[in-house]
Amino acid sequence: MTNKDWPLYEVFIRAKSGLSHRHAGSVHAADDEMALDHARDVYTRRNEGVSIWVVKSSSIVASDPEESAAFFEPAKDKIYRHPTFYEIPDGVENI
Amino acid sequence: MYTQGLDQKSSQSAEIKVESAEDNARFQAHVDAEEKIEPKDWMPEAYRRTLVRQISQHAHSEIIGMQPEGNWLTRAPSLRRKSILLAKIQDEAGHGLYLYSAAETLGISREQMGDQLLAGTAKYSSIFNYPTLTWADIGAVGWLVDGAAIMNQIPLCRCSYGPYSRAMIRICKEESFHQRQGYEIMVELCRGSKEQKEMAQDALNRWWWPSLMMFGPSDKDSQHSAQSMAWKIKRFSNDELRQKFVDVTVPQAEFIGLKMPDDDLVYDEESGHYRYGEINWQEFTDVLAGNGQCNRERMRTRREAHQNGAWVREAAQAHAAKKVARAAA
Amino acid sequence: MMKKEDALLAYTLRLGDNALIIAQRLIELVTHGPELEEEMANANFALDYLGQARMFYSYAGELEGEGRKEDEFAFMRAEQEFRNFLLLEQPNGHFGDTIARSVMFEVFYLMQLEALVDCADERLAEIAARAAKEIRYHLRHDSQWLIRLGDGTEESHEKIQSSVAELWRFTGELFAGDEIDEIMRAEFSGPDLESIQAAWRESIAAILAEATLQMPDDQWMDKGGRTGRHSEHFGPLIAEMQYMQRSYPGLDW
Repeated sequence: MTNKDWPLYEVFIRAKSGLSHRHAGSVHAADDEMALDHARDVYTRRNEGVSIWVVKSSSIVASDPEESAAFFEPAKDKIYRHPTFYEIPDGVENI
Repeated sequence: MYTQGLDQKSSQSAEIKVESAEDNARFQAHVDAEEKIEPKDWMPEAYRRTLVRQISQHAHSEIIGMQPEGNWLTRAPSLRRKSILLAKIQDEAGHGLYLYSAAETLGISREQMGDQLLAGTAKYSSIFNYPTLTWADIGAVGWLVDGAAIMNQIPLCRCSYGPYSRAMIRICKEESFHQRQGYEIMVELCRGSKEQKEMAQDALNRWWWPSLMMFGPSDKDSQHSAQSMAWKIKRFSNDELRQKFVDVTVPQAEFIGLKMPDDDLVYDEESGHYRYGEINWQEFTDVLAGNGQCNRERMRTRREAHQNGAWVREAAQAHAAKKVARAAA
Repeated sequence: MMKKEDALLAYTLRLGDNALIIAQRLIELVTHGPELEEEMANANFALDYLGQARMFYSYAGELEGEGRKEDEFAFMRAEQEFRNFLLLEQPNGHFGDTIARSVMFEVFYLMQLEALVDCADERLAEIAARAAKEIRYHLRHDSQWLIRLGDGTEESHEKIQSSVAELWRFTGELFAGDEIDEIMRAEFSGPDLESIQAAWRESIAAILAEATLQMPDDQWMDKGGRTGRHSEHFGPLIAEMQYMQRSYPGLDW
């Protein structure tokens, strides 16, 4: 089946400087410039952004949920990476 | 949202894969724990199909819903009202887009959804097949139709499917002004001349019952409810939401001196709810079947826009291809 | 010779009329766009123009000092009292016609606004600065479309070439200055239409070249919008727009 839709782009928006870009949604566009315009018109009508990134959805490489146990669960038991793991005697400050 | 290619792969594998009792149980446990399902997660095929049907129907409703209000854009009575109405209609296009995006994560393309709409195999809310005859209809549509829509939509913000839930959160936030602007129009009319007040009452008379129908068939006749509730796509039954809508809307009508077109409407002290008359479900079925006053016009407008835009969409693609070829040369 | 204050008022009203009439045309296109994302763009542009019209009319009301508000300028004037360019009242036609009309106007309008930002009337300069930001974006979007259509398919190339040719005769009016323009330039350091005309030609030529389109030959130029002599398309536009205020005079909505 041929798809006559314009390619899909993912839209990332920086709400204000100091924050990172965050996924807002997607738009269809024939080219990169149009994707930027569409992202602006669809996702920043209420002053939601100061910067936009668009990227063709087909360019995103995503991890597979089938592998999510192998990918993410090993990190769960490395509790020694977190500061609350360590006991510091009462009265010790600035640490 | 998320790549189409990957989604299609996962939806295909879902078809090939036999749905074991174990998979289903794990999925249901996930949903019961109020954890969101994301596009590439395993999901029962029926869950996917239910969502595609519901989300695309919702998106189509937003897009077709632009037409009855658009009917008054060129004739809006003040520049302020014209701007507000235009911003509202534009939001509807935006909301349609958020929803199409959410549906696309389930492995259906925008084009397929558009084809289904034009072929009549996908539905949209039957309320949009009623005509907007006077300016007061713009008030009534905002107040009642958006009011009923919001009732339906707020629980969807907690829907188990992540992309749908996120789209709904955004939509509900943006739509909060839609109902208010409609009610404001009604308030203004009811404070105005005799003619204006009559216009408002006439609009309420025509839009009240169709907006009650927007919540869908009565619970005893609703086909999809139980499963959708178990999957946490739906949180409240049709009748529960309809009752809630009646309870909040009746006092709003009274406040501006309008009378609900329902002789059986009474407040029941004991339950704290308004009891309302019998809904004409035959009318609902007729309009849904394509025999509302505007079904054909709505489809024709949508079809013509799509057809007349074909050469434009093709030109943009051809230009993009030329640019890529030139960059490569 | 016209008084300086009267010229400023007339000029401000003209700006309001231009913005309102193109807004009304763009509004007619709602639900008819070639793609949903373009619906969003079109509505944004119409909203920008409506906002500009309201600012210009409100300011005109203050300048006039007779208590007229934005809606009275929009809805209670006869069609001959409107002073918009003929170009802007032309019917939308197909998407290419709309884009060509927008680009021809916006290249001019942006230059006009940029000149007004430095004019001697502070309020007008403020409104112009706000409007210029909006029009800069419109022009980016619309000129890209002109280029896509020109350098797209054979069909789109032919269509947009004839849109440009058809609308060309309405572009002369953009630069046909009169006493009001002259007072604005001399007394308020307003736009100099002669230099704008040269810059407009250059800018349009560059866009057309990128779109692989021919610049039309100079030809007979229609005018009349500036003196209230409109085309036949204008009456129905006004009748529709003013319907409510004319049918129910003096009411609030």
